[in-house]
Amino acid sequence: MKILVCIKQVPGTNKVEVDEQTGALKRDGVDSKLNPYDLYAIETALRIREKTGGSVTALTMGPLQAEAVIREAYMMGVDEGFLISDKKFAGADVLATSYTLFMGIKTIGEFDIVVCGKQTTDGDTGQVGPALAEYLGIPHISWVKGIKEVDHNGVVVEQDMTESSMIVRMQWPCLITVDKDIIQPRLPSYRKKLATKNKVVNILTLKDFVDQNANNYGLLGSATKVESIFPPQANKDQIILEGSGEQLTKQLYAILEKERALR
Amino acid sequence: MLSINQNKCDLCGKCIETCPFGAMDIIEGRVVINEACKMCRICLKTCPGKAIVATDGIREKANINNWKGILVFAEQLEGQIHPVTLELIGKSKELASKMNHPVTCIFIGHKIKEKAEGLLEYGLDKVFVYDHKEFEYYRGDIYTNAFEHCITRSKPSIVLVGATSVGRSLAPRVATRFRTGLTADCTTLDVKENSDLIQIRPAFGGNIMAQIVTEHSRPQFATVRYKVMEKAQKEINLPVSILSEMQDKLEFCSLPKNKMKSSIEVLNVIPKEKELSISEAEVIVAGGRGIRDKKDLAMLEELAQLLGGQTAVTRPLVEAGWAPYTKQIGLSGRTVRPRLIITCGISGAVQFTSCMNSAQCIIAINKNKNAPIFKTAHYGIVGDLYEIVPLLCGMIRKGRIMDAV
Repeated sequence: MKILVCIKQVPGTNKVEVDEQTGALKRDGVDSKLNPYDLYAIETALRIREKTGGSVTALTMGPLQAEAVIREAYMMGVDEGFLISDKKFAGADVLATSYTLFMGIKTIGEFDIVVCGKQTTDGDTGQVGPALAEYLGIPHISWVKGIKEVDHNGVVVEQDMTESSMIVRMQWPCLITVDKDIIQPRLPSYRKKLATKNKVVNILTLKDFVDQNANNYGLLGSATKVESIFPPQANKDQIILEGSGEQLTKQLYAILEKERALR
Repeated sequence: MLSINQNKCDLCGKCIETCPFGAMDIIEGRVVINEACKMCRICLKTCPGKAIVATDGIREKANINNWKGILVFAEQLEGQIHPVTLELIGKSKELASKMNHPVTCIFIGHKIKEKAEGLLEYGLDKVFVYDHKEFEYYRGDIYTNAFEHCITRSKPSIVLVGATSVGRSLAPRVATRFRTGLTADCTTLDVKENSDLIQIRPAFGGNIMAQIVTEHSRPQFATVRYKVMEKAQKEINLPVSILSEMQDKLEFCSLPKNKMKSSIEVLNVIPKEKELSISEAEVIVAGGRGIRDKKDLAMLEELAQLLGGQTAVTRPLVEAGWAPYTKQIGLSGRTVRPRLIITCGISGAVQFTSCMNSAQCIIAINKNKNAPIFKTAHYGIVGDLYEIVPLLCGMIRKGRIMDAV
């Protein structure tokens, strides 16, 4: 069994704000971390390996610092890791990102199952997984909250549909995106950290891909374009109240009365 | 891509300072842009010497005049139309009237003819119906095939899909098949005269909104969350007699056999226990990072009960395991549109506010006067929730007793 897990490095905080006067972005530290949902994806991949044997490969895309998330995957027990990194890939939207991952996978080899987190905490779209499955030409199930069965033919999963859960079977090869709480992720182990300290993180650039036309990647390969960015609109008619707790509570009570919130 | 005109650059370093992603550096006496660049173009504006230039995409431009109309994905689960469908129809009609485009629906399911007729009451120009046993449950692969079939024959300029469990799984697949753009979770939609869809959504994981367009490709895909847009009103009440005249507005479509073969087998559907969803709540008391301990949520619960509402939380509280995911308001949780929401100790990141700012009345309680939530709130209470909430609960209880006497 060849298992692939796709992971991403995201900003450690989401405190990026626009300065309303200058229009410039204010950032509060640029520390980064592994997308929290990807911990569940890695854990799911490792559990599948426990059942079927084989190997787990981690794949990420980003600047060279993103090597850190592959290292983290190694500490959890992932066998091999690849980082796709090239200046030409910058500014990619969902279409260009999923295409780049697809090309990366074509370079690495064939996989029976691709596991992704259900979304990232920076983009928050949850679209790259299904888009990647489309490029790979394999079926996908999103919002997987449980793996029921795994064997050499395929997988039975529980899919969260908000109002209901659907139990579905898919044959290999396929892609799943997993929800938080699918399974408790293991902690990175210190012993593994030491053991994998010198383990190679493979770097892939455009030169390694079958399609070397830079127009298909990054901003050039993106179908969507950010025209402008601006701070969220402030509410115009507003009342701001300050004072002692008791005063404020009385005023709040009066507001609730006025808004007919008291039954 | 961004490039730097090294002749104009005087290495002032302003771009490095303002870049929110740390994507710029001075290396060997030259400013260089690395892979962390998100193309936010802030540096273009801040560079005093205008040394940074954007080379725009050179994608092959679709002939946008060949694409016309707005196609709405009418979502059904077990034969019931998801209410987000009506919200998308409402928005589509508004946008289409600005461009004089038709509004159509694609409706995939099993035994859905009657429901399809019902959709016509909203004044649609056409409903494409894919009615087959194989479509009874959502299966991404063959639903994508049906969607592809419909788009190929109707060539819509814009495709709107609800950002539901089904929509968020299906839309990226279909958009990718057409190698076109998709913008997730749009909070505002508008159109330009040339039919470009203006899509606004929170972006870059920060407190920022972005305006996004898909100018070179068609169709333009967008997903919109439930409860963000206004619902469409029925335009016609269909007596059975007119219905026959409207039959031509229903188009029953079928796919070749090989396109109906799914690799996904639905073994079982387990209905969830019907819990009161925060999406439906009229009154919400929401807690954020200002809550110090899990047990303190009881205080909010009491206030919610007194007001006949429900409690909700922000993402950090779900991540801490203090509340279930179903209680989370935000881009990675639910969108709400209640009559009244009281936020307690919530600073108001845009991922949160964009999912609750259409509430009729927003009251925010926060100790920090500069918290962004006070820009969203109608009433901002600068104070300690630990003081105010218990006092308020007491006052409401007392008020009730007074009323009773």
